Amino acid sequence: MVTVNLDKPPGRKALHGVSPGATAAVSNGKAFSQLTIWLLAIRDQRDRAAFGALFDHLAPRLKGFVMRSGASSALAEEIVQDVMLTIWRKASQFDPHKAQASAWIYQIARNRHIDIVRKEHRPVPDELSADPGLEPDASQILGLEQEAEQLKLAIQQLQPDQKEMIEKAYIGQLTHQEISSQTGLPLGTVKSRIRLGLGRLRKELKGLR
Amino acid sequence: MPAITHHIPDAMIAAYAAGSLPHAFAMVVASHLSYCRDCQAALGAHQSAGGALLEAAHSEELSPGMKASVMAILDKPPTPEPVYDAKGIYPGPVMQALKGGAPRWRTLGMGVKQNILYEGDGGSARLLYIPAGQAVPDHTHNGLELTLVLQGSFSDETGRFGVGDVEIGDEDLEHTPVADAGDPCICLAATDAPLRFSALMPRLLQPLFRI
Repeated sequence: MVTVNLDKPPGRKALHGVSPGATAAVSNGKAFSQLTIWLLAIRDQRDRAAFGALFDHLAPRLKGFVMRSGASSALAEEIVQDVMLTIWRKASQFDPHKAQASAWIYQIARNRHIDIVRKEHRPVPDELSADPGLEPDASQILGLEQEAEQLKLAIQQLQPDQKEMIEKAYIGQLTHQEISSQTGLPLGTVKSRIRLGLGRLRKELKGLR
Repeated sequence: MPAITHHIPDAMIAAYAAGSLPHAFAMVVASHLSYCRDCQAALGAHQSAGGALLEAAHSEELSPGMKASVMAILDKPPTPEPVYDAKGIYPGPVMQALKGGAPRWRTLGMGVKQNILYEGDGGSARLLYIPAGQAVPDHTHNGLELTLVLQGSFSDETGRFGVGDVEIGDEDLEHTPVADAGDPCICLAATDAPLRFSALMPRLLQPLFRI
């Protein structure tokens, strides 16, 4: 049984025995996603092998994602390199209770893309203190990850044109007016935690099909 | 944390996550998010959608040697970047625009003051200082305007706005915000076009004050 450090970053207890390809299990037998396992190993152990495995998995997808926004191959690689370095340097800020691994990486990718292209620092919000109603535990992480998994499935099942429009919105090719008028994207009434928000997004995405 | 009743529209949070908002608006959105757990949750949901799309993206082949060159510089110390934390009434994104310093107010008359934080192609952002009981000159909007309260509160035809609340103004909104009794009202305001004042005099003064 592998134990996983669930402290807030920077973790005090080490993550034991997790190497790329390993599966971290928690008490109810469900597993964290591979991305999360790599990021935790990078965060807590500065694990270069985990970073290498993350690079192999992520960098080509990141390049494809960045190029969807019209970037040239050369610019995309510049951004990918910057994002990968940022992941290594800022891994201490990764907290799987707050954001899924892919969501955390997505925001880094968008921020670095904008900073590089516009040569200005994108304003980022202050961290809020922990929600008193949320006691960090593994089920919370798994809950977020399950929702993300279902969201991924929902997106895969969209019609190509719908998927394209949503993709455009999330790679920064639509203004906020276009997002609200064209995609009819969901979450307008999200007044709860990320988990609930995700659930609603998934439902709305289903409705789009 | 203040009780927030006026939020950022969801489509704008999505645009913020995607990075398609002009800089001045991104400053207001990031500042509001610094107060608002609900909107941070909405941002989290959009980031999740972005993350799912990223994971579903088609892979593109990397140039040979790219991985090796990244691995080689992992421990190279990064160029230090200044970090601006929230200070007093000002959230981090405002402190970033102030470069860590205090506002430098310029008077606009009647006790109203401003400090321009940013001007660019996509719009402008400023801090406004309005003494209690004082009205911001009656104006209509050329484009979109976001006003976030940082201290005190103001009221206009559409309601009351306290710390953390954001008012969204557009062409259709003709309003007269008045600072409520108490502390002077300090706001972060961003526009994508210059404001027009309805009264003649202020309009003549507009180029002077760059409002």
